[in-house]
Amino acid sequence: MKNRSLVSIDDFSTEEILKILDLAEEFEKEPTQKLLEGKVIATLFFEPSTRTRLSFESAISRLGGKIVGFSDSSSSSVSKGETLNDTIRMVDNYCDLIVMRHPIEGSARYASEISTVPVINAGDGANQHPTQTLLDLYSIRKTQGKLDNLNLFMVGDLKYGRTVHSLMMAMSRWNTTFNFIAPEELKMPDEFKLYLENLGLRYYEHNDFTDIISKADIIYMTRVQKERFSDPIEYEKVKNVYVLRNSMLKNTKPNMRILHPLPRVNEIHQDVDSNPKAYYFEQALNGVFTRQAIVCSLLGIK
Amino acid sequence: MKEAKQMSVSAIENGTVIDHVPASSLFKVIQILGLDRIDNQITFGTNLESKKLGRKAIIKISGVYFEDEDINRIALVAPDAKLNIIKDYEVVEKKVVVVPDNIVGIAKCMNPKCITNFETVTTRFKVVSKKPVALKCHYCEKITNQENLQII
Repeated sequence: MKNRSLVSIDDFSTEEILKILDLAEEFEKEPTQKLLEGKVIATLFFEPSTRTRLSFESAISRLGGKIVGFSDSSSSSVSKGETLNDTIRMVDNYCDLIVMRHPIEGSARYASEISTVPVINAGDGANQHPTQTLLDLYSIRKTQGKLDNLNLFMVGDLKYGRTVHSLMMAMSRWNTTFNFIAPEELKMPDEFKLYLENLGLRYYEHNDFTDIISKADIIYMTRVQKERFSDPIEYEKVKNVYVLRNSMLKNTKPNMRILHPLPRVNEIHQDVDSNPKAYYFEQALNGVFTRQAIVCSLLGIK
Repeated sequence: MKEAKQMSVSAIENGTVIDHVPASSLFKVIQILGLDRIDNQITFGTNLESKKLGRKAIIKISGVYFEDEDINRIALVAPDAKLNIIKDYEVVEKKVVVVPDNIVGIAKCMNPKCITNFETVTTRFKVVSKKPVALKCHYCEKITNQENLQII
């Protein structure tokens, strides 16, 4: 994986994904090491994403790497009209690896083609966010002890949620059964369902939370955003339908865990937080180990 | 009796005849092949009757032979086009166009949020369906379908 970029989860083979997860496990045991000493890593956040940026910066700092960059394009020369092409060609002189977040779709692929150093896509608009997918996979494997033959429930905004699409595509490598719970307006798009059909994988669609969740190994929650609805009345109708409460978890399997890419608003009631099946905060911590594994793999250090 | 006046598009001695172009795609084909920028003699007819296409266009280019790779670029707008290769007034070869597996720099990505619509990036697509045409953008990974296809 040395000197390669990570733009889309499909850039990595199944073996490469598993190698990163194994390496992340090592970092979980020993997160503070001097592996990145002398390395400079640029974090270019053309739009703010505090959570992702802090996770990367924590991962790099614990390995002794130095960070240069910006957290908002208003504080960079982009606000003066510099092209992405010029920004990348300038920055790659200064660093060993670029972590980039950008609101324009395809910007990360483009940057990886210009840059002389590896680029990690930390989110390009509604397109891809592969490090999130890898940390989701890590969290699933860690809590279930495996990735094969699981029953994955995805809930909320399945139409626009890029984390949902990437995770679905990635999990389709391990004979997953999918259950989609979403309002009519935010259903899983046909192109993704067709993708599963072509692979011969089973999926089921539901409009509501029911006892069906007793079959779940993983419930992956996402936020239903008001701005996705053209009709505000439709939003008012569904906004409380997709809320997970502690009382609903009674009949769920003992190994079941709840994941959420965060930030959450009200879709997981706070009374769930103390349930041992709530895993979303540990999931965020797993992001640090996973990103350590990704950075070290692309730099050829591990 | 008065003879009916008829304008004939004369046969060419050497060159290429592109037939079965949909009338609506004639100028796109001219643009894609760069025929508006060459000095060779070109004649074309359009809105001709065609059983298959309704109204078709035909282009005759004197003294030019195309590489397959170049001619396949018109497959996006004229998938049924047929080529006659002419030497000494004789058809020496017939060719059909084939939609290539990858499209570079001809089509525009329909996603307004795609990087190719913001910076000077050559568009690149993987052809995910040949009939009807569907293109997957190499950059934003969104699909541009036949009805939204625009030629740059």
